[in-house]
Amino acid sequence: MKSSYNLSAKEIVTKISRGESSAEECLSSFFERIDEVESRVHAFITLDRDAALQRAKEIDGKVKRKERLGKLVGVPVAIKDNLCTRDVRTTCSSKMLENFLPPYNAHVVEQLLKEDAIILGKTNMDEFAMGSSTESSYFGTTKNPWNLAYVPGGSSGGSAAAVSARESSIALGSDTGGSVRCPASFCSTVGLKPTYGLVSRFGLIAYANSLEQIGPLARSVDDLALLFEVISGYDQRDSTSIRASTQNYSEFLREDVDGLKIGVPEEFFGEGVDERIVKIVWKGIDCLEKLGASYSEFSLSTVKYALPAYYLIATSEASSNLARYDGLRYGYSSEVGSDDWSTTFSNNRKKGFGAEVRRRILLGTFALSAGYYDQYYLKSLQVRTKIRLEFEKAFKKFDVLAGPTMPILPFKIGEKIDDLLALYMCDILTVLANLVGCPAISIPCGFVDSLPIGMQIMGPMLGESVLFRTAYTFEKCSKFTDYSPKL
Amino acid sequence: MSKKITSVVVFSKEEFAEDVVIGLEVHCQLTNLRTKLFCGCSSEYRGEQPNTHLCPICLGMPGSLPVANRKSVDDAMMVALALKSEIAERSLFFRKNYYYPDMPKNFQITQYDQAGGIPIASGGEVSIQVNHENKQIRIRRIQLEEDPAKLVHLGSIDTSPYTLVDYNRAGIALLEIITEPDLKSSKEARVFLQKLRSILEHLGVSDGKLEGAMRCDANISIKKGNRVEIKNISSFKEVEKALNFEIARQRAMNSRGLKVEMETRHWDDVKRVTISLRTKEAEHDYRYFPEPDLVPVEISKEKIAKISQIIPELPDARLDRFVKLYKIPSYDAGVLTSDKAMADFFEECIKLYPDAKTISNWMMTDLLRWLHEKDIEIKEAKVTPQHLVEMIKLIDDGTISGKIAKSVLPEILNTGKTPSEIVTEKGLLRIASRKDIELLADRVLIENPKAVQDAAVDEKAIHYLIGQLMKLTKGKADPQLANQIIKEKLKKQSKSN
Amino acid sequence: MKKMVSISEKEVEHIAWLAKITLSEEEKKLFTEQFNTILEYFRIIDELETEGTPPTFNVQNLENVFREDIVEPSLSREYSLKNASKKEKGYVKASRII
Repeated sequence: MKSSYNLSAKEIVTKISRGESSAEECLSSFFERIDEVESRVHAFITLDRDAALQRAKEIDGKVKRKERLGKLVGVPVAIKDNLCTRDVRTTCSSKMLENFLPPYNAHVVEQLLKEDAIILGKTNMDEFAMGSSTESSYFGTTKNPWNLAYVPGGSSGGSAAAVSARESSIALGSDTGGSVRCPASFCSTVGLKPTYGLVSRFGLIAYANSLEQIGPLARSVDDLALLFEVISGYDQRDSTSIRASTQNYSEFLREDVDGLKIGVPEEFFGEGVDERIVKIVWKGIDCLEKLGASYSEFSLSTVKYALPAYYLIATSEASSNLARYDGLRYGYSSEVGSDDWSTTFSNNRKKGFGAEVRRRILLGTFALSAGYYDQYYLKSLQVRTKIRLEFEKAFKKFDVLAGPTMPILPFKIGEKIDDLLALYMCDILTVLANLVGCPAISIPCGFVDSLPIGMQIMGPMLGESVLFRTAYTFEKCSKFTDYSPKL
Repeated sequence: MSKKITSVVVFSKEEFAEDVVIGLEVHCQLTNLRTKLFCGCSSEYRGEQPNTHLCPICLGMPGSLPVANRKSVDDAMMVALALKSEIAERSLFFRKNYYYPDMPKNFQITQYDQAGGIPIASGGEVSIQVNHENKQIRIRRIQLEEDPAKLVHLGSIDTSPYTLVDYNRAGIALLEIITEPDLKSSKEARVFLQKLRSILEHLGVSDGKLEGAMRCDANISIKKGNRVEIKNISSFKEVEKALNFEIARQRAMNSRGLKVEMETRHWDDVKRVTISLRTKEAEHDYRYFPEPDLVPVEISKEKIAKISQIIPELPDARLDRFVKLYKIPSYDAGVLTSDKAMADFFEECIKLYPDAKTISNWMMTDLLRWLHEKDIEIKEAKVTPQHLVEMIKLIDDGTISGKIAKSVLPEILNTGKTPSEIVTEKGLLRIASRKDIELLADRVLIENPKAVQDAAVDEKAIHYLIGQLMKLTKGKADPQLANQIIKEKLKKQSKSN
Repeated sequence: MKKMVSISEKEVEHIAWLAKITLSEEEKKLFTEQFNTILEYFRIIDELETEGTPPTFNVQNLENVFREDIVEPSLSREYSLKNASKKEKGYVKASRII
């Protein structure tokens, strides 16, 4: 029999609700797996074993009493450490929030608890979600389960690694410019950046509000859709929250891409994209074609402007979002000495933030500052409009757009740490969906030198259902999601 | 405004300095809202323990998101309509980025009119009466924003070794009303604020009498010199004091040939001086941009029409009505309507006693003088319309004299007792009974034989005797009757002799 | 391509002051250099003609999202100030202003 940690979330739900396995047994299996691999992978910042065990027991009580069971009954979930969990420290991988205990749960955490999921702990990430490798974490780098010398991608590297390494069944990440899809691609998991507004951001510690969404990570499209059903939906505490016409995404999991029109922007395979990735992803597209879809190549001319626009908008918003960390109400604080408030704030922020966070705050402050506002910030927003318009046009012609998630293979830890621009360039294909607001999924598509490759499928606004259907069909055919890393 | 504010400004010889230019940024709390602007925390923080009205949102906790209070927009629309401002079809919330220990997020959610920003309303005007002349003060814009926390210093801000922060006030809904630099003196600034407060009170959106409910920053320059911003002015009287200090400071600098720096200064209401915050205006860079966590506010013509219908009578209209309906002088009507409570008091009195002129005379003279001396608002005095009317009726029916009434009124104001109670307690009833006065007159004549003798030849002796009678009755005898009775008795005595 | 300087050390210093982040001399140099590298690349957006294009602040077309003016319970003081390191008499303690 498979160990519980190898089961899919759906299987766990079935077993527990039928009484074939208890939530406690299932959880123990994951704990054993964590004991086995976590010291090598380092996916978690905080593991809350006692609380998880307590919840497993409560759930088993519910099963015994034949109470109504939630959609994720007994399923262990790993949560990115920028999602607030009441009385469980939420660090954003920053020294600044090393001891921060939120007095409330994020909306998505509430939803998980409501559906009887079990929260295992908080996962590692790039500090304040600023990065694509999880190397900027104050708590050390997470390793790629496929090769421990490599980065897991980022910023939700801990969540992707935890799922990939079978330490958790499913996980939540956040995606500001690719932070779910990048590690999903690097760790061979599925990851979704939902349509902007479909998942409440209440309790997500902001990096760049107008771009980011909380997104699910899972080993299969099935599990992904299940988790997405639970976390999505209207929340009045987020003014940008929208009501979707459906919340039953599992319905769309059909092996059917017949007549699906795939647009393949040549820019997605252009300069800067690794040839080996180009080959693998084309194979994936060919596969979809064999299954009944059709594709045509076309040009998305604004793609090359997306990265600068993204970085300027993201850092501008971040410079304001991260202003609140002054050490007064929460966060790293030096002594109240004889210094005035301004000096105290400046010292707290110097010592509490890592280099990349400080760099992005300064870059954003610059982009918004008098004299540069029009040239950088406003210009980026205009570029954003142009990109949106071009995407809108593309989605009139095509049902989905496909290409690689990442332009490069997972890289070695430390390899790019000094090459800022090269690191930023990793996001070149993922930032588009954030600028546009549309959904995008990354799905395992093959391997090069035993390192995972992900295919990105983008859909029109609120087009999650078509993404799920396409990804599901591809998964059933390619079977890449059945592979697991040897640890 | 602060408690110790008189509701009326009496002008002496006002000096109009033509070289003074003042603009105000008035921050009015929307005190009719039950909750804060972006969260459900109760807005009734006054008198509460520090830091007890907080949630993740108003504390600027990581991950929290604002959601705008629907009623704040209705309030803002009412004010905009009252000030003849143009309401924007679509307005946006912006972030104003700057650091200060009273800022939970180190940015303030506000509105803006540049960089693509649109405030909820623009333009408008307020008419004020200065030295019996009308003057229009133009409004630049009106915007919704959140109040910062309250900082507590140990003594003066200048010497306090550290600062204590109470976040209860953080997130309270403010309406910022920005004027054009149309004010010419500290007194005009004060009259403007008073008028504005009266308008807001008539609208029922803001009770300016609550401590800190109406605060302002002032921009002032003289002789076309550099503009200085004064922050932390917490009331009417303070605005006059702060501006007077600042005008004097700038004049002194000019006369010594020193340049006035363009800077932000803090009004230290403990030391009663403005203090440089050592931040140069030029260094400010608020990096305004749209608040990504809030969506635009759209206001339809229908909505505006709906709100227009519920705008109550405003001070200017009320003034006109007072003049027409009650036939009181325009100046008096202006004074009465400059404070809603005062105008309400006046009309309540008239309901009980239709002689408006008499009511207004009592209010404009003795009542106002007393409030002035005590430096309090009519709401704080213990007098009710019933009191005043009862007192006037006691005069009318001859129970007390007008002169006695003048001593009764302060008693009412101080104690809240009814005029009858006071008159009885203090034995102030007028002695109008002939029999009572005759008895007392007899006593006066017996006790003053010399004067009685002189009275036959000396008119002065008669007056002396009348005086003695009045003294005996502590002034309560009807003076005419006393006069008459003394004369009659003297006549009788001389006959019988 | 000619290397254009987008930002000077002095500007970085001012930006750091605005952002309330103390920078060492070394960092100031390094950041200035890095910003210039980054901004030089970012200038590619100048190529795209955007005259008259409205900015996209937000990808949605939402408006008028409000909450009703109904009081919700606040947190206890102990709970809301749990993460504040310096407190005195129920207040949060901050450094001097002047």
